[in-house]
Amino acid sequence: MFKILEAKFLAPGIKRFVLEAPRIARKQKPGQFVILRIYEEGERIPVTIENSDPERGTLNIVVQSIGKTTHLLNSLNAGDSILDVVGPLGKPSEIEKFGTVVVVGGGVGTAMAYPTAAALKRAGNRVISIVGARNKELVILEREMREVSDELLITTDDGSYVEKGFVTDKLRQLMQNGTKIDLVLAVGPIVMMKAVSEMTRKDGIRTMVSLNPIMIDGTGMCGGCRVLIDGKSEFACVDGPEFDAHKVNFEVLVQRNSMYRDAEQKSLTDFKECQHAAQPAEACVPGGR
Amino acid sequence: MSSTAQNSPNPLPLRDRMKIPRQPMPEQAPEVRAHNYAEVNLGYSPELAKQEALRCLECEKATCSQNCPVGVDVKSFVELIVAGDFLAAAAKIREDNVLPAITGRVCPQEDHCEGNCKLGRKVKPLGVGYLERFVADYEQRMGFHAMPKVAPTGKKVAVVGSGPSGLTVAGDLIQKGHKVRVFEALHELGGVLVYGIPEFRLPKQIIREQVDYMRKMGVEFETDVVVGRTVTIDELMGEEGYDAVYIGTGAGLPQFMGIPGEHFNGVYSANEFLTRINLMKAYKFPDYDEPMLDLHGKDVAVIGGGNTALDAIRSALRLGARKAYVLYRRSEAEMPARAEEAHHARQEGIEFHMLTAPVEFIANEKGWLTAARCVRMELGEPDASGRRKPVPIKGSEFNLPLSVAVIAIGTTANPIVQSTTPGLGTNKRGYIQADEQNQRTTRQGVFAGGDIVTGSATVILAMGAGRRAARSIHEYLTSGQW
Ligand SMILES: Cc1cc2nc3c(=O)[nH]c(=O)nc-3n(C[C@H](O)[C@H](O)[C@H](O)COP(=O)(O)OP(=O)(O)OC[C@H]3O[C@@H](n4cnc5c(N)ncnc54)[C@H](O)[C@@H]3O)c2cc1C
Ligand SMILES: Cc1cc2nc3c(=O)[nH]c(=O)nc-3n(C[C@H](O)[C@H](O)[C@H](O)COP(=O)(O)OP(=O)(O)OC[C@H]3O[C@@H](n4cnc5c(N)ncnc54)[C@H](O)[C@@H]3O)c2cc1C
Ligand code: FES
Repeated sequence: MFKILEAKFLAPGIKRFVLEAPRIARKQKPGQFVILRIYEEGERIPVTIENSDPERGTLNIVVQSIGKTTHLLNSLNAGDSILDVVGPLGKPSEIEKFGTVVVVGGGVGTAMAYPTAAALKRAGNRVISIVGARNKELVILEREMREVSDELLITTDDGSYVEKGFVTDKLRQLMQNGTKIDLVLAVGPIVMMKAVSEMTRKDGIRTMVSLNPIMIDGTGMCGGCRVLIDGKSEFACVDGPEFDAHKVNFEVLVQRNSMYRDAEQKSLTDFKECQHAAQPAEACVPGGR
Repeated sequence: MSSTAQNSPNPLPLRDRMKIPRQPMPEQAPEVRAHNYAEVNLGYSPELAKQEALRCLECEKATCSQNCPVGVDVKSFVELIVAGDFLAAAAKIREDNVLPAITGRVCPQEDHCEGNCKLGRKVKPLGVGYLERFVADYEQRMGFHAMPKVAPTGKKVAVVGSGPSGLTVAGDLIQKGHKVRVFEALHELGGVLVYGIPEFRLPKQIIREQVDYMRKMGVEFETDVVVGRTVTIDELMGEEGYDAVYIGTGAGLPQFMGIPGEHFNGVYSANEFLTRINLMKAYKFPDYDEPMLDLHGKDVAVIGGGNTALDAIRSALRLGARKAYVLYRRSEAEMPARAEEAHHARQEGIEFHMLTAPVEFIANEKGWLTAARCVRMELGEPDASGRRKPVPIKGSEFNLPLSVAVIAIGTTANPIVQSTTPGLGTNKRGYIQADEQNQRTTRQGVFAGGDIVTGSATVILAMGAGRRAARSIHEYLTSGQW
């Protein structure tokens, strides 16, 4: 059992949790994730570690409600607990002094990119961050990102905050105004990462993306998380999750993530109907909690 | 072989024993069990067990025991069954084998005890596995008797991995008075026994009870710890103060074939397919959240001929598959699966395509598998394994329509522990180097055994290694000598 010490919505449908997990907190490096299972009948889902406090023995995660498991997770509060949290998993981000680094975060991807952005800054890089969200409400971690960035650019799809547009518009501007970019790190929806990748490919700018295939064990045991990199299968949980964007086959990632859509849809619909019937969240999982 | 052994409880002369037919295992009818997840074999009744036990010839030179990797005293435990003392029979097995309810079900008896039973030369061999299972289940029903507590030695041992080899080490060392803590990466304990072997062959309740029993004996378990990531071997032996570590991490990394189309939707590794079903209970969706493709009315094939392959395809059948094929590139004689499983699979309606291998997976425009392009093989010269090498027959390609293909061509070593433990020697295939007798690795205080040393093998071999390791760890802890 892993206790939730704090839980707070950062934006509608996006919640930050502080979990008690001393072993993991001690070992976590930027770019790594945990796999968690909320209750006995639950599935295992991967979530990036946004921050950790080794002294206090805690780690932070930021979760966006997508399907049943994330909706259920986001209905939990301080004092509740999560049955299983395992990690830290995955290869840590490569941190060195590259020069100028552009960190692109889309949606909840901003939280996933944050620890790496902070580490890159500490390593002496000039960090330009581009944070994108659908609207003003969904812009998360603005203060944190500002703290670790030399420059912070924000876009919203509907123009309700700072500037209307997409993160790729900002990236294009940077590339066009002659900013010498040594590395781009893009984390967010697959379409966004693919667009960034295509934009930087022409100029040969080294670009890393953090891939989010469906996972089970997170230790290389099942092979379900395999992604096509340069035409070859790699396991995102142990060989990644960060990969050279220019080698990633994004179509295959989209295709594989659609594998269980029908079942996922059913789970979510059932869950929402149950919640709608004014049941407490824990009554909406088999066997209760 | 002319008279009965001295002091034997068995009143029958030897020739009469040979006249008793091998008692068949009661089982669910094939057409019923093909649609449920309950155990296929139902187990002997006390009467059946006694009748079967009467067949034992009580050979002076017990070739059955000599060929058991852990040396179970078959003759003695069978005599105790004849005498009707089932608990004593169980205790007798436990002297050499701490997991009899498991090995009684999954051991390849035809390669060990039963394969070397003298009865087998003339009639069917003694049902050693069935008898072992019977007494183990009997004992479990009666409730395990508590083990006497041993004086603590003050030494601490960490066991990495909770498969059969790790559990054996833990069970043996706790009885020597050492403090034992098992670290497991997954959320369930039991290794392949829980994530690989399906419920219909090995009910998970059995493993849970074994683990509970070990807990009662004082073994501590910590799940959700990936050693190498969550904590390293050096940290266990440093800050955490463990005097010795046993590595029993298995050979859990799935191999793919490297043929085109392995990334299509519907192509699985056996590990993923079985993990979804067994560990995550996807066969109980939506009561459990883990999803599984709906296999009703779909055609499914497994590639491979081992226990893993048969477990996967028989699971697919139970999940509603219309056609369920085994594609194996060698011939039936080379199939490494347990004989009983192949027999059961056939009864259930699994179709076996021997000397057949896929060369490519074919999908529709959305990336969903629609067929496997296969080639027929013939057997050529013996290869490195001593088996005749399958060679593709030119021009024999054909398309087999499929919605799901499960690749079960073997597994290799997971490198996480090896790559994070400086000085731990490995062989060229990435397995941990350990002495065959005392299971010592190249690092002082670190022992290893089971599949992570030998490559994928069997439950009983993993347990045998665990037993040797426990003895050797105890020796090291008491003598301090490396
Ligand atoms: C290494 C890694 C790190 C991650 N870090 C975070 C994080 O820090 N915060 C966070 O909120 N999420 C993160 N994710 C994504 C998260 O794991 C998924 O959103 C979650 O598994 C969805 O579970 P669910 O049951 O709620 O939805 P499901 O019912 O499983 O899925 C619902 C819908 O979302 C789609 N979907 C499924 N998986 C994903 C996915 N991985 N990404 C996007 N869409 C998906 C499906 O196609 C489906 O249509 C990460 C994923 C990976 C692989
Ligand atoms: C589907 C299937 C069917 C089989 N059927 C049979 C059969 O019928 N009869 C038979 O005799 N054999 C069978 N086998 C083979 C048998 O199961 C194995 O040989 C045996 O389980 C090996 O035992 P082990 O203890 O070495 O490893 P495993 O059982 O593999 O256990 C290793 C454990 O270590 C854990 N682990 C791995 N890495 C770490 C880490 N870094 N930190 C912490 N924990 C870790 C794993 O999660 C796992 O729980 C089958 C195998 C499979 C896959
Ligand atoms: S999640 Fe199972 S191998 Fe990566």
